[in-house]
Amino acid sequence: MTLALDILLSGLVLGGMYALIALGLTLQYGIARIMNLSYGECLVAAAFGALFLYAGLSVSPLLGLILVVPAGFALNWLLFRVVLTPLVRRARNAAMLEVDSILATFGLLFVIQGVMLVAFGGQLQSYSYLSVPVHILGTTLALNRIIALIVALVIGLGLYLLLTRTRYGTALRAIAVNPAAAQLVGIDMHAASALAFAAGGAIVAAGGVLVSMFLTFSAVMGVVFTMKALIVVIMGGVGNMLGALVAGLVLGVAETAVARLVDPGLTLAVTYAIFLSVLLWRPTGLFGRPAR
Amino acid sequence: MRITVSAALRTLAVAAAAVSLAGAAQAQDTIKIGWAISKTGPFAPGAGITTLPNYQVWVKDVNDAGGINVGGKKMKIEVIEYDDRSNSEEMIKAVERLATQDKVDFILPPWSTGMNLAAAPIFHKLGYPQLAVTANTNKAEELHKRWPGLTFWLGLPSEIVDGIVATFEKIKKDGKINNKIAMISVADQFGIEMSGAARTGLKKAGFEIVYDKSYPFGSQDMQPVLKDAQAGSPDVLLAFSYPPDTFAITDASKVLAFNPKVFFVGVGTAFPVYKAKYGEGAEGVMGIGGSDASLEGVKWYIKHHKDVIGKEPDRWASPITYASLQVLQQAIERVGKLDRAAVTKEINTGSFDTIIGKIKLENGLSKNIWAVGQWHGADFYGVAPLDKAGAKPVTVPKPAWK
Repeated sequence: MTLALDILLSGLVLGGMYALIALGLTLQYGIARIMNLSYGECLVAAAFGALFLYAGLSVSPLLGLILVVPAGFALNWLLFRVVLTPLVRRARNAAMLEVDSILATFGLLFVIQGVMLVAFGGQLQSYSYLSVPVHILGTTLALNRIIALIVALVIGLGLYLLLTRTRYGTALRAIAVNPAAAQLVGIDMHAASALAFAAGGAIVAAGGVLVSMFLTFSAVMGVVFTMKALIVVIMGGVGNMLGALVAGLVLGVAETAVARLVDPGLTLAVTYAIFLSVLLWRPTGLFGRPAR
Repeated sequence: MRITVSAALRTLAVAAAAVSLAGAAQAQDTIKIGWAISKTGPFAPGAGITTLPNYQVWVKDVNDAGGINVGGKKMKIEVIEYDDRSNSEEMIKAVERLATQDKVDFILPPWSTGMNLAAAPIFHKLGYPQLAVTANTNKAEELHKRWPGLTFWLGLPSEIVDGIVATFEKIKKDGKINNKIAMISVADQFGIEMSGAARTGLKKAGFEIVYDKSYPFGSQDMQPVLKDAQAGSPDVLLAFSYPPDTFAITDASKVLAFNPKVFFVGVGTAFPVYKAKYGEGAEGVMGIGGSDASLEGVKWYIKHHKDVIGKEPDRWASPITYASLQVLQQAIERVGKLDRAAVTKEINTGSFDTIIGKIKLENGLSKNIWAVGQWHGADFYGVAPLDKAGAKPVTVPKPAWK
């Protein structure tokens, strides 16, 4: 029983991190319809921002959020307006926009990575912040990871309520479902998409700052985060906040359970096994609706 | 019109001849040294810590001193650098280009075992010596026989494992630890090879391996693994891990207050960022590599590296990389001309004084290596091979986490 509880809590904390890094992508991909391949690089850039503030100016990463998150929002808004809006305008259908956005952000990936390499070099970065034990129900957990879980829950649930319970949220979901028809009922699609994309950027910035407290990172590691986020987003249903949250937590608990009960060597295998079975039985993700 | 064109062509031809003449004149004054290294892609962190900074420091040192003395003439180094983007095909293309188009005099090796082994046939074909400092393979002697220009500087994996086993055996014999070991390893070639050899050696030495598991490359949470390792109450944690995991294992151990008497983690332990991150907590932590920080050469090197690059070097392959470049320089100076075959022969047979002491290759292998290191204060000292001159006595038990 204690082992089960231990696995559950440790798994939720790991899953919280997965959900946290996926929430921004599900907004960008699901609502703004941009499959952002440079997502991981944005996360690493935020991590560098946190490191710079912490190591250079002794600003705590949590305080750093106040600076890094708005910066992430502003930069992503600008990025959408300058680079991606032309793609949205000329795209004749969703498939074309998807291909174009993948190509454009693939290029962007190298631009961001190159800037980080020049600014910070290629070496690994690691620092400790709030790496202190917290004892909950007989389980020992690291405080920095718990904070990441809490932030993921707050953002995930908050956005879910925002999207489903408010008028503006309904407008955003309308764009996701049918951008052409959304414009017919008076929704400013470009403004709303830009906002959704920028909000996704703000979330990934928060994610980058928080994971930098406990993960080792380098300028070239972005793709690792993009892949994990993509798996969580597709599993949860593209554009679905609750889906990303649940999918992240499920992966975390499953990985921890396999590591403790079977063999730590199989954690990757179980991730992809779950991913595959979700794709086979629910191709639109756990919480996604079938495409119409 | 025709006249104008031919006149223009003539001007161009003259200009081209002038440029090539200038090039030829320049080539007599400088030694062209090229390298293809991973500046981007997944290998960039490793190459950026161990290899590239040392190339830069060495070139600066040589040029500041007026150049390499080739037959009585000081020749400065001219560098040609390519980014192999962590891709072995790109690296091979760049090496070929360095040799055939840029016509460099010497080529410095890429980073990592895989890249160096991939590069070996082409270095051999083109007739360049390859001082493969970051290559670590048990097939070293066999490969050196096949490609005599290929030399190894880091010791064999088997020598490293032997050093680890001998160290643990000695402290067990001294009654400082019990015979229980928890071993974890990353599930790739490095982890599998090292843990396989260690398993056999440790069992032979009378150790009981209470936990023995591997985890996938890129795992982001080591806490579950460590909880089970801790449950066997071992006196030794032995991890064959990569840098991100090395940090994750240390973090998780601190959080779990898991403080075995011997705490041995893999690649990354010798990095200055390890010391910077854990501060006093790093005291007593063991890992692969090390250096004899009491040597004047090593002391000078660590400070000098920091002055030039702005950060300290890692304490495993970095000093050796710098030393290998000193060997190259001394070999060129002894031969007295840019004759690659003769320089290769001199590297293989000569004896050299370097920052890490004397180096003399035996069958293409340097024997001046450290298998096990331990953090003592500000430095990561070599502790094994136990009988090597300058080996620092091991501190056991490791102090509590701070």
